[in-house]
Amino acid sequence: MSPGMIIALVAVLATSACTLAGIFLVLRRMAMMADAISHAILPGLVAGYVLARGPNMLGAFLGAAVAGLLTVALVETLTRSRRVKEDSAMGIVFPALFALGVFVVSKYFANVHIDTDAVLFGEIALAPFDTLEIGGKSYGAQSLWVLGGLTILNALFLFIFYKELKLSTFDPGLAAALGFLPGVLHYTLMGLISMTTVGAFTAVGAILAVALIIVPPVTASLLTRRLPYLIGLSLVVGVVAALSGYQFAMLWKVSISGMIATMLGVVFGITLLAAPQQGLVAQTVRRRRQKRRFAMEVLVVHLATHEGTNSEEVESRLSHLETDLHWSTETVSRTVAGANESGLIRQTQDHLELTEQGRLLAHTVAAR
Amino acid sequence: MGMLHDLIFDYTLRNVALGSAILGIVSGILGCFATLRRQGLMGDALSHAALPGVCLAYMITGKKTPIVLMLGAAIAGWIGMILILRIIRHTRIDSGSALGIVLTVFFGFGVVLLTVIQNGNDANQAGLDKFLFGQAAALVQEQVVTMAILGGIALLVVALFYKEFKLLAFDPEFARSLALPTHRLDLVLTGLLVVAVVIGLNTVGVVLMSAMLIGPAAAARQWTNSLSHMLAYSAVFGVIAGISGALISVSEARLPTGPLIVLSITAIVIVSLLFGSARGLVWEWARRWRNRRSLQAPPLPGESGTAVAEGTV
Repeated sequence: MSPGMIIALVAVLATSACTLAGIFLVLRRMAMMADAISHAILPGLVAGYVLARGPNMLGAFLGAAVAGLLTVALVETLTRSRRVKEDSAMGIVFPALFALGVFVVSKYFANVHIDTDAVLFGEIALAPFDTLEIGGKSYGAQSLWVLGGLTILNALFLFIFYKELKLSTFDPGLAAALGFLPGVLHYTLMGLISMTTVGAFTAVGAILAVALIIVPPVTASLLTRRLPYLIGLSLVVGVVAALSGYQFAMLWKVSISGMIATMLGVVFGITLLAAPQQGLVAQTVRRRRQKRRFAMEVLVVHLATHEGTNSEEVESRLSHLETDLHWSTETVSRTVAGANESGLIRQTQDHLELTEQGRLLAHTVAAR
Repeated sequence: MGMLHDLIFDYTLRNVALGSAILGIVSGILGCFATLRRQGLMGDALSHAALPGVCLAYMITGKKTPIVLMLGAAIAGWIGMILILRIIRHTRIDSGSALGIVLTVFFGFGVVLLTVIQNGNDANQAGLDKFLFGQAAALVQEQVVTMAILGGIALLVVALFYKEFKLLAFDPEFARSLALPTHRLDLVLTGLLVVAVVIGLNTVGVVLMSAMLIGPAAAARQWTNSLSHMLAYSAVFGVIAGISGALISVSEARLPTGPLIVLSITAIVIVSLLFGSARGLVWEWARRWRNRRSLQAPPLPGESGTAVAEGTV
């Protein structure tokens, strides 16, 4: 495989691993926990480094998983003490752990090269050259193995515990009552998030790992309300952003991780605007249509109220609407034209008269 | 006495201490409103969102002067904030997801711009990342003065709108019913967070900014139930953490300032959570223990010896 192919494959595998882990995190409205964990695992990595007496994959994973679970446990303990709110608890715990990590690194490992920049930004371009070697034999890029393994692990977790995850996310009370151990499930999910973050950030950087966990599921949630579609769409969004981001990064010779995160933002932005149901454009159109419909209903009810009374002569006058209903000239002309078109009213010079259809609508509206 | 002498007469030390103190006051006070409004993590998102602004400001002007970079950071932070508030307001997306998206995407875009600058191979570009990861020891007087002016303006705004902000923090519905322009006030109050973040970027850096906003406020909350007292406590805690962290880091050259300030504020938070006079956990535990003791009641009159409480009720 060419280095370019390997980088693209690493990007795709990082995307699928992170996105699969992120779906239920986002659905549980805990997206920022990914950010917190991605920072808080630093002391765990340091501890893994110390205990394994050197850089060691297993040490890093275990250390990170423990630190991630510790973060979640600390945040929950603080929240449950009801002394601080949940977001504050998160904002206290993860900087403290991160600061502790930086402190230990700079005080005791100043001679060891742990580049905080590389941790944050990642260097996916180096992925093909960091090969996995066992017994002097090379098995290809290490990131491929790690991220491939994480993808399989996360997919298996989703597949096996699909029902349990779904229930404990949408109805934790019922899940607990049925004996589904939502707590165990929750901590397993958080442990997976921690390990996925570690596996991904050595390749793509912590920030992109968080972006890949959060952005695809949120984007997909704008497009569908059904869980199976949500999972599929999340993967599509992530992979599209990863591959296009990689291509643009090659084209403009800029950071690959940064460009993938940027493309995630672009895909999210387009979806936010153009999603068929929940998109901002669709919302605006819907709101305008409702407004016009409502104005027409007000008009027919107004006319129906005064129909056959002494004041009909005055109230049905077109020029009277502006003062009576506090409408602008524009609203009046638009509403009258609309009602005319829909066959609700007839206009004779300055006077408005209800049609049979208009009278019917007025009655249904008034009966509501 | 040596420390105090240095604090007043040593140029570097004075700048570091002053800068950290200014940050402590401003973030302490604005953090109170942020945490009360459950916007604690907003500071984290905004500080990351500032990166592309810093890069663009440098790319456009070609200058690295603090005021230019701070302005760029402020503009990008402001745009990020507007986006977050819009997303929360107009979609079903929850606030955490909105924060996470803006944080990561803006930061990613900033990293792209950083590589563009580095490709330009400009000898002048070194030091941009320092701006983001904070290096209090490198603060120059010009920066400290800028920080003081910005912070002063922010605090002045808080003083002017104190009543409105208080209402907004505790009962936004009531504020709206009084026909206060809550939406605009919300923008101003959240916008002040951008100011705090811009001040903080110089000292503690992006990652740890959220602790500077949340820590002092969360600690102060444990000592009092009144907002004005909370603001005062929070500002004092912010200053103590800022100065002590800065002093330790300068006295031991190898240690970065940001993490030490954050560790100081964490210590203050832990002590406050345990011993805070209004809501300290230790007092509650003591009370609970006493209550439990008094529930294991003395034997009822007429009964002999053993307590009833054990198992019979």
